[in-house]
Amino acid sequence: MTNQQKWIAFVTIVRREIHRFLRIWPQTLLPPVITIVLYFVIFGTLIGSRIGEMSGLPYIQFVAPGLIMMSVITNSYSNVVSSFFGSKFQRNIEELLVSPTPSWIILLGYVVGSMCRGLGVGFIVTVLSLYFADFSIHSLPITIGIVLMTSLMFSLAGLINAVFARNFDDISIIPTFVLTPLTYLGGVFYSIELLGEFWSKVSMINPVLYMVNAFRYGIAGISDINIVWAFSMVGMFSMVLFFVALNLLEKGSRLRS
Amino acid sequence: MQPALAISQLNKTYEGGFQALKGISLNVQPGDFFALLGPNGAGKSTTIGIICSLVLKTTGTVSIFGCDIDTDFSQAKQYVGVVPQEFNFNQFEKPIDILICQAGFFGIPREIAAVRAEKYLRQLGLWEKSHVPSRTLSGGMKRRLMIARALIHEPKLLVLDEPTAGVDIELRRSMWDFLREINAQGTTIILTTHYLEEAESLCRNVAIIDHGQIVQNTSIRELLQQLNKELFVLDVREQLTDCPTIEGYPITLVDGHTLEVEVEKSQSINALFEALSQAGIHILSMRNKTNRLEELFFDLVEKNLSTGTSSSASSLSGASND
Repeated sequence: MTNQQKWIAFVTIVRREIHRFLRIWPQTLLPPVITIVLYFVIFGTLIGSRIGEMSGLPYIQFVAPGLIMMSVITNSYSNVVSSFFGSKFQRNIEELLVSPTPSWIILLGYVVGSMCRGLGVGFIVTVLSLYFADFSIHSLPITIGIVLMTSLMFSLAGLINAVFARNFDDISIIPTFVLTPLTYLGGVFYSIELLGEFWSKVSMINPVLYMVNAFRYGIAGISDINIVWAFSMVGMFSMVLFFVALNLLEKGSRLRS
Repeated sequence: MQPALAISQLNKTYEGGFQALKGISLNVQPGDFFALLGPNGAGKSTTIGIICSLVLKTTGTVSIFGCDIDTDFSQAKQYVGVVPQEFNFNQFEKPIDILICQAGFFGIPREIAAVRAEKYLRQLGLWEKSHVPSRTLSGGMKRRLMIARALIHEPKLLVLDEPTAGVDIELRRSMWDFLREINAQGTTIILTTHYLEEAESLCRNVAIIDHGQIVQNTSIRELLQQLNKELFVLDVREQLTDCPTIEGYPITLVDGHTLEVEVEKSQSINALFEALSQAGIHILSMRNKTNRLEELFFDLVEKNLSTGTSSSASSLSGASND
């Protein structure tokens, strides 16, 4: 395959992925937006007004970056996991497997398609959050950098989940029992300063904590952890996941008999 | 000239230890219309799966127009189009989108893909349905959609795994015409089928596979020449109460007006008619009871069965799951 042919294959996968989540927008775009708006109303406006400040910020301004990041994480993950597993289930993944498209293009195509949904929902939520909270961007490069890397990382993780999944239960177990707890305990709603020393240290093994804090730093200029360390962690996780996912596709694990 | 398909010592053992292929070797020449026949579980679909990279081989080599599927993966895949046994497209997508996407996976620009998609959808009588969700298509339309999808990158080798399974006779005939046309234009075709009439009508060469081994690989003509006897059904004018006896010709009385006669290749049909005429029996019409290729198929597979383990030729007319 020439580079131009590879580019065409890549664009085809991305276009199909975007078309898929736009076609079923009441299932893919609307629910996360409604959920996040409810979070803003309850935790931001109703309860948040009684909480006061968190890390020197009004509570709604504190939770807003976390909520935006939460929507990016869950949508990046769930898009690829349902799309890739759906293709396996309907066997139309074979359309790609019989083609000369290299595995790394298949991987990038699905991941970028999924990032489009994660970032798209993140953008909508950001726009809506402006209705509830006033905030300015402290550092645009950090904000954009961390949101892109987070979306990339969870898209890769979602794809790995989809490759291993044998049934629909398998694609809901990880989001329910791993992703949701990690997100809720990842400093979206509170600062880890509130936790004791022991639990603060335990929290440091949660990758979501780094992403939320780096994103919060990009927007509000405050963070519980070192930003360079946060970028390094997310970058390292993404790299490991990329090579694991690529290896699975190259070997045809759970895809070819 | 490089063979369109060259398989050498191909082995496949699935997880769990089932050995689906036991060192098969096979060559298909460019331009051929080749039949791959065998009972359920014989290894046909495994072979096709390996050719199009959906199944990982254990050992052996496969090359397509001289390109090894391991070392020249990309070019080998450009040469092959595959129509699988089961529907494997996104049922929520429209036929036009399925075809254009498939072309994209082969690196074909969208504008060219759109033109080709229209051409093949029209040729296969699906253009009217090109913009409806593919789940709303009938079974025959879905099969034709998979043929159009396999042709969108204009492969030199088209592999069809039971393309007419579950398709009505009229549609089957029109698909045969289409495949003959594609073959006449130079595309090499490999076909697996359970309809032996289909193989006899379309194909020039054949390989019969059973228990993961090739038990016969020859031309259809040579294969049919191996047939020693045929069973004829004779419709007689008179009402018969007893079965006539003619030396050298085993006869069975089916009903008052129908006889079945076994005739060996060395025997004369004229002699049979003369003997029947002398017995006062007048023949109104005559036909073969069974498909000739089918008889041979049974013979070959039964022969292999005596040295093999399980399976049976009787599964021939059933649905294939291999």
